[in-house]
Amino acid sequence: MLNRYPLWKNLLILVVLALGGIYAAPNLYPPDFAVQVSRDQTGVNVSETALNAAQAALSESGLSVKSSGIEAGKLLFRFNDSETQLSAKSVVERALHDLGRGYIVALNSAPTTPDWLASMGAEPMKYGLDLMGGVHFLMQVDTDRAVEDRLEGLEQEIKRTLRSGDERVRYSSSEILPGQQLRMGFASEALRSQARRQIEENYGQFQIIETEGDEFFLDLSMTDDNVRQIEDFAVQQNLQTIRNRVNELGVSEPLVQRLGRQRIVVDLPGVQDTAEAKKILGKVATLEFRMEAKPDAPRSSTLPYDYEGRSVRLERDLILRGERVFDAQVGFDPDSGLPQVNITLDSEGGELMHRATRYDIGRRMAVVFIETKTRDRYEMRNGEEVKISEPYVEERVISLATVQAALGVSFRITGLNAGEARDLALLLRAGALAADMFIAEERTVGASLGQQNIELGATSVVIGLALVVVFMVAFYQWFGVAANIALAANMVLIVAMMSALSATLTLPGIAGIVLTVGMAVDANVLIFSRIKEELKNGASPQAAINAGFDRAFVTILDANITTLLVAIILYTIGTGPVKGFAITLSIGIMTSMFTAIMGTRAIVNLVVGGRPVSKLYIGWQRS
Amino acid sequence: MMQIPFMKGRKIAALGSIAVLLISLLSLGLQQLNWGLDFTGGTLVEVEYPEAVVPEALRQALDQKGWNGHIVQHFGSDRDILVRMPPQKDRDERENARLGDALFEDMESIAGVDLDLRRAEFVGPAVGEELTNQGGVGLLVALGMILIYISFRFQLKFALGAVIALFHDVLITLGLFSLMGWEFDLTVLAALLAVIGYSLNDTIVVSDRIRENFRAVRRGATEELIDLSLNQTLGRTLMTSMTTLLVLLALFFLGGELIRGFSLALTIGVVVGTYSSIYIASNMLVVLGLSREDLMVPVKEGADQDVP
Repeated sequence: MLNRYPLWKNLLILVVLALGGIYAAPNLYPPDFAVQVSRDQTGVNVSETALNAAQAALSESGLSVKSSGIEAGKLLFRFNDSETQLSAKSVVERALHDLGRGYIVALNSAPTTPDWLASMGAEPMKYGLDLMGGVHFLMQVDTDRAVEDRLEGLEQEIKRTLRSGDERVRYSSSEILPGQQLRMGFASEALRSQARRQIEENYGQFQIIETEGDEFFLDLSMTDDNVRQIEDFAVQQNLQTIRNRVNELGVSEPLVQRLGRQRIVVDLPGVQDTAEAKKILGKVATLEFRMEAKPDAPRSSTLPYDYEGRSVRLERDLILRGERVFDAQVGFDPDSGLPQVNITLDSEGGELMHRATRYDIGRRMAVVFIETKTRDRYEMRNGEEVKISEPYVEERVISLATVQAALGVSFRITGLNAGEARDLALLLRAGALAADMFIAEERTVGASLGQQNIELGATSVVIGLALVVVFMVAFYQWFGVAANIALAANMVLIVAMMSALSATLTLPGIAGIVLTVGMAVDANVLIFSRIKEELKNGASPQAAINAGFDRAFVTILDANITTLLVAIILYTIGTGPVKGFAITLSIGIMTSMFTAIMGTRAIVNLVVGGRPVSKLYIGWQRS
Repeated sequence: MMQIPFMKGRKIAALGSIAVLLISLLSLGLQQLNWGLDFTGGTLVEVEYPEAVVPEALRQALDQKGWNGHIVQHFGSDRDILVRMPPQKDRDERENARLGDALFEDMESIAGVDLDLRRAEFVGPAVGEELTNQGGVGLLVALGMILIYISFRFQLKFALGAVIALFHDVLITLGLFSLMGWEFDLTVLAALLAVIGYSLNDTIVVSDRIRENFRAVRRGATEELIDLSLNQTLGRTLMTSMTTLLVLLALFFLGGELIRGFSLALTIGVVVGTYSSIYIASNMLVVLGLSREDLMVPVKEGADQDVP
């Protein structure tokens, strides 16, 4: 018999390898040292004017620029080395400073993928923070505290309801118990049931249990849904605050993401000054609600602002601040279906709002968003220009809407399109009472360590691979060579998969690749051992090859599926380093099955499968 | 052809394994693990100095600055210094998170020159505790899934043998880490799970052959058949262990300090795992009394009965 692969199988292997080659190729082009300029508002592109100004400044400074231009709405200047890149950053910052605010200048490593590869969607792998340097924060939002605050607010509201209802209900005690429970005591059972009825009517968010002690108690605890809502709001609000802040840090590709119920991950590649980063991330924004001033109001009682390009004057007396805002969500008008923003205040806020608006229906009310930011200033000192960073307060009107009715605890802002409603809700949340947030985990990797990790990782991959290659040839002769070719193809496929999936390569990830190299040849070892056995049992070379591959297949499949199971579990439970390892391990297992079984078989078939052979060069055999 | 009578020594091997397991458990109980920062929480700063520094001198200088509980040691080279601080109980989370910055500033002021901050880590106590739980759960889930998969693909006795072998490997690796006081961090946990994967690989290859021989070879006692299977797969077992060990050694010596613990744990795991697939997993099959009936191919009613 002869061993030949049908044409389609050979073609399949070629196609897979070609695709692998294409998607792995971008990693061969080292990235440029670059400076990237973007705007601090999303959706706004950097203009040609800025490009020209920066270019002029760079050519004046005599720094050698490899290339410059606008890519995807951002300016990108490429340089040959990191020193030029660093000095260029300050030159560009200086040049754009004169053009006004809102430019974010960041160091970046720009891929140099050729156009023909980029047009096929091929990109180089992303490097993790441990390889490129940077800071990773895990921020924990104090949601327990937020829930407790809300409960305290509700306690006040309930007391007021009981006091002011048509039928006044006298409570004798009220306290917040541990475990986020509100306990109200009453002198008699009748009073209690009256109170219960009123609470149930007005506050749907409670589960109520009746207990008896020295008094008749109502134990109120918020429903899980409600607690979840408060948590969501607190986390969202901090998420938005961080997003606003991160821009100020000048990071080219920051990652800000919610993790689980109460955490936020912040990855800032390239940032080295963690103290500064923490300071900036820690700043909060706030809101002020003010009425628009009447046209005849004296100047001294008003404040000037801009809104959508026009100037408006607002009353100096403010209605309330953001700390009274509990919630702000995008909703839809039940009648018209148009988007709107629903705002909920705490009870005191509701009262203040009611007082301010009940006689002023038809006037306009503004929401002012206030943030502390940092800005750079250039000053001549001792004949030298130095950069000075100083904080300043930015106030802007984010909404100006006509009051349609006397407002209370909850009201809505209408007349917005979907995008405006979303932006407004985000800003309102960012400026609302900030739930506390603290750092639960921080990892900083210096740029030098990152570089060293890349080098160490690369060396161990190369040496590990070389050792295995030599070992395989020594033991399996020509079959070892076939296995080595398959192994090389496997490496290309792993890199291609990582790049195509935009997976992030980390140091443990490299360890996973190294481990895969060691384990990938296992499939070949299994097959070759089987072939040798068949030969020993007197099978002809071709029959031995066929039986060897066939019989080993099930074993290889079982062994790899179980390892894959482990890798998937690692991925789901793991964080950071464990995840990185699990990704490369799982990819490696899948690609190695393909290359070690199909790839090796194709080579063997091609070389010896098509002709009668009397002896196989498969190494030493037990006799 | 020469056969190695593996199963002859199975009782001695079992006794040896039990002894080593007991030592491991004892050490884990008495000395416990040297938990790394990932699990204990705390602060860590790795700093590169322009020239060699003496950790003891730095330790005293930090003492004078009012720090306490810090551990100062070389990391990789005599110019690299690693300082660890346990979580400070008298300060809140917020202050704890800033310790690293303050520590680095003090180190710079002690040295009197600008230093290169290579790495700074802070792990809050809550995060550490969660990781420990997650890690434990992960190991158990992994073992559970494997038990199910192998019972489904092979037979319950194989699954039990494999899982006991895995416990054996993990416990001995952990025991060695405890005994030697090596640091147990997240990467070591990942390595431990990879050990499970690797050791299982080995066990499955052997089990596969045992199943095949039980079905194909009609005569011979259980122990003889297992010996035969072990001998048939021995070449492969050794080859794969060799190639894996080769790359692990490359990682251990060339991969740098950060993944040394990882490669160490895997190296131990691979050696122990190779041994356990022979003397624990296969041994368990004898103990559990594997018989031909266990491996009969179920014949579906009405199906054609092709005798090969």
